[in-house]
Amino acid sequence: MNWVAANLDLIVELTLTHARLSLLPILIGFVIAVPLGAFAWRFRWARGLTLTVVGLLYTIPSLALFVLLPPIIGISFLSELNVTIALSIYAVALMTRSATEALESVDPDVRGAAAAMGYSGWGRFWAVDLPLAGPVLLAGLRVVSVSTVSLVTVGVLVGSRNLGYLFLNGLQRGIVAEIATGIVMTVVIAVVFDLLLALAGRLVMPWTRGADGGRTRRAARRIALTEGPA
Amino acid sequence: MNLFQDALAWLTDPERSAGPNPLVDRIGEHLWYTLLALVVSALIAIPLGYLIGHTGRGRQLAVLGSGAARALPSLGLLTIFTLLVGVGNAQVAAIAVFVILGVPSILAGAYAGVEAVDRTVVDAARAMGMTETQILFRVEAPLGLPLLLGGLRSAALQIIATAVLAAYVGLGGLGIYIQRGISLRTYDEMLGGAILIVLLALAVDALFAIGERVARRAIGSGPTRSRPRPDRPEPLTTDQQSTLEEIR
Amino acid sequence: MIEFRGVGKRFADGTDAVIDFSLVMPSHQVTVLVGSSGSGKTTILRMINRMVDATEGEVEIDGENVATLEPVQLRRRIGYVMQSAGLLPHRRVLDNITTVPRLNGMGRATADELGLSLMDTVGLDRSLARRYPHQLSGGQQQRVGVARGLAVDPNILLMDEPFGAVDPIVRADLQAELMRLQRDIGKTVVFVTHDIDEAFLLGDQVVILATGGVIAQKGTPAEILANPASDFVADFIGADRGRRSLRIVEQAGRRIVVDGDGRAAGVLTDDSAAR
Repeated sequence: MNWVAANLDLIVELTLTHARLSLLPILIGFVIAVPLGAFAWRFRWARGLTLTVVGLLYTIPSLALFVLLPPIIGISFLSELNVTIALSIYAVALMTRSATEALESVDPDVRGAAAAMGYSGWGRFWAVDLPLAGPVLLAGLRVVSVSTVSLVTVGVLVGSRNLGYLFLNGLQRGIVAEIATGIVMTVVIAVVFDLLLALAGRLVMPWTRGADGGRTRRAARRIALTEGPA
Repeated sequence: MNLFQDALAWLTDPERSAGPNPLVDRIGEHLWYTLLALVVSALIAIPLGYLIGHTGRGRQLAVLGSGAARALPSLGLLTIFTLLVGVGNAQVAAIAVFVILGVPSILAGAYAGVEAVDRTVVDAARAMGMTETQILFRVEAPLGLPLLLGGLRSAALQIIATAVLAAYVGLGGLGIYIQRGISLRTYDEMLGGAILIVLLALAVDALFAIGERVARRAIGSGPTRSRPRPDRPEPLTTDQQSTLEEIR
Repeated sequence: MIEFRGVGKRFADGTDAVIDFSLVMPSHQVTVLVGSSGSGKTTILRMINRMVDATEGEVEIDGENVATLEPVQLRRRIGYVMQSAGLLPHRRVLDNITTVPRLNGMGRATADELGLSLMDTVGLDRSLARRYPHQLSGGQQQRVGVARGLAVDPNILLMDEPFGAVDPIVRADLQAELMRLQRDIGKTVVFVTHDIDEAFLLGDQVVILATGGVIAQKGTPAEILANPASDFVADFIGADRGRRSLRIVEQAGRRIVVDGDGRAAGVLTDDSAAR
């Protein structure tokens, strides 16, 4: 505890940096993955290929990606951009699959009814498919958010400054409290992000409060259970 | 692309088999730690997952575990465990961390696999006189096998990735080339190591993918979640539903 | 013979599915429990093989209280056929049919022989034996369900809306098949349905249930049609809508039977000509 008291400034600084570093990949992941997932869902032929490619990306261990990415895209190993891009790739990989499953979880009867009422093409996508896929999309986004916050710490091994610094420094200096602080603050950021996302979900999708369709609820729970970072 | 040529040259250098840090040993180490941790995780997680799936109790535990495994930074766990058990016992610390991170995926797979089995099938099995153990092992476990394998697959990849980081606490494995490469600025070594790690992960992933496919075929149908039927069954009546809930 | 004496069932959430239900289901006859959802008909059926335990009263099979019997052993000597067939999707047709005999320790060769002969009994082609359930049509799956129910040669066969999920033409086929089968094997059948026409077609004894397992009327189809006990029964069997009151109209020298709405139902012929 002495260590914590003596290093409050450092902890706050690293926590804020860590949160900032996590935010961008989560946003980029969402913005790219939803159209990609919709594409894979809409066009059968694209589905297998898209999901296979994102599945393979997702298989790559994070440190290996941090090392392989810079020479491929021509940036420095120690650039902050490296970690941001690598984590965005994971976010896209995770979120694309969730987005496809989210759209698939929409009750075909409801889609049929919407078509019967005269919705078609893009109109139906925006008015029916996307909102109804919302709960599952949110479940996927929450998984991406938590994983990204946790994976940022690995970036310290390629020179990114974040809470992971406390792990390496704590190991070298033999201070358990320092590492523990790093773990706790990482989890705190993850939990705060998660609560914010859940809150945003309630505001954007008020109909999900209380009763919910069985299909989407099951799909959301399945994603919350089985998707995870590599 | 020059860097990748260097990496390939590094990988094919005779030093890699004859030198002080032979590739085969490091690959062997990496696979051995992965296998050991996977087996230990499975021994813990599969019975627990089946119990949760069959009884429907403790689902929150499974969800909580998955969330925790995702939120806890693996590097942080590795370093703190190493400090706690002493640097000399880094292997024990590493295996413990691998198991902590591996258990939730397998638990989720075992649990989700059992839970995904059509409840009317389980109901029918019970109605014809299967005991609870028979239902679990002859109906739920085989039908849930693809999802269990999916859980094992996630756990294996998670462990492989974490084992890369374990080089930083002195464990060896393939991560050692990345660690050395970064600190010594030897790009060929670092890239060569990273390429090997990716290949290893892809190979293990492919192995499990094949396993899942074989398992799906062995249980006679595509998805286990919904059985394709030529005609859609009417929904259960309310009293059938209440009875189903009662017996669960 | 199956006898219910003052049987009640209250679920854990406090709702009463069945209240004070008493009934005798005679051996070697088909008793049909018919009612809409919430009538507790499935719950009553499931109390016979202890898939549901009564919270009140006794259920007896041939004088033996089922509460004293071990559920697994009890279920293995009672056939059970349900709406969605509930076949094990990872086992082939033949293995599905022989599941219980195999559980009871019958050797594979003997069981397979038995399974094939049961396929004949329910009118399934033997070539389907190696198929998986999802490769069969709904009607075929249902036949497999019936064969499985008969596999241990049970005295009692419980059928829970077994034909509810198949289309009307297949359903008529299955109903006819069941009647033929019952003539041969003479099981004690308890059949649950919400379809009054199916009840009248199959039942030796028809029991019309109101909410909570209250018996609105029981008897042979003819007795119920001749004398509906209440407005509820009359409404349920369609008597008040004129569906059941047929009358004869002379047309072109022949006697046409028409229903209450004047729709032609058939031509009346002499007994000798009909057979």
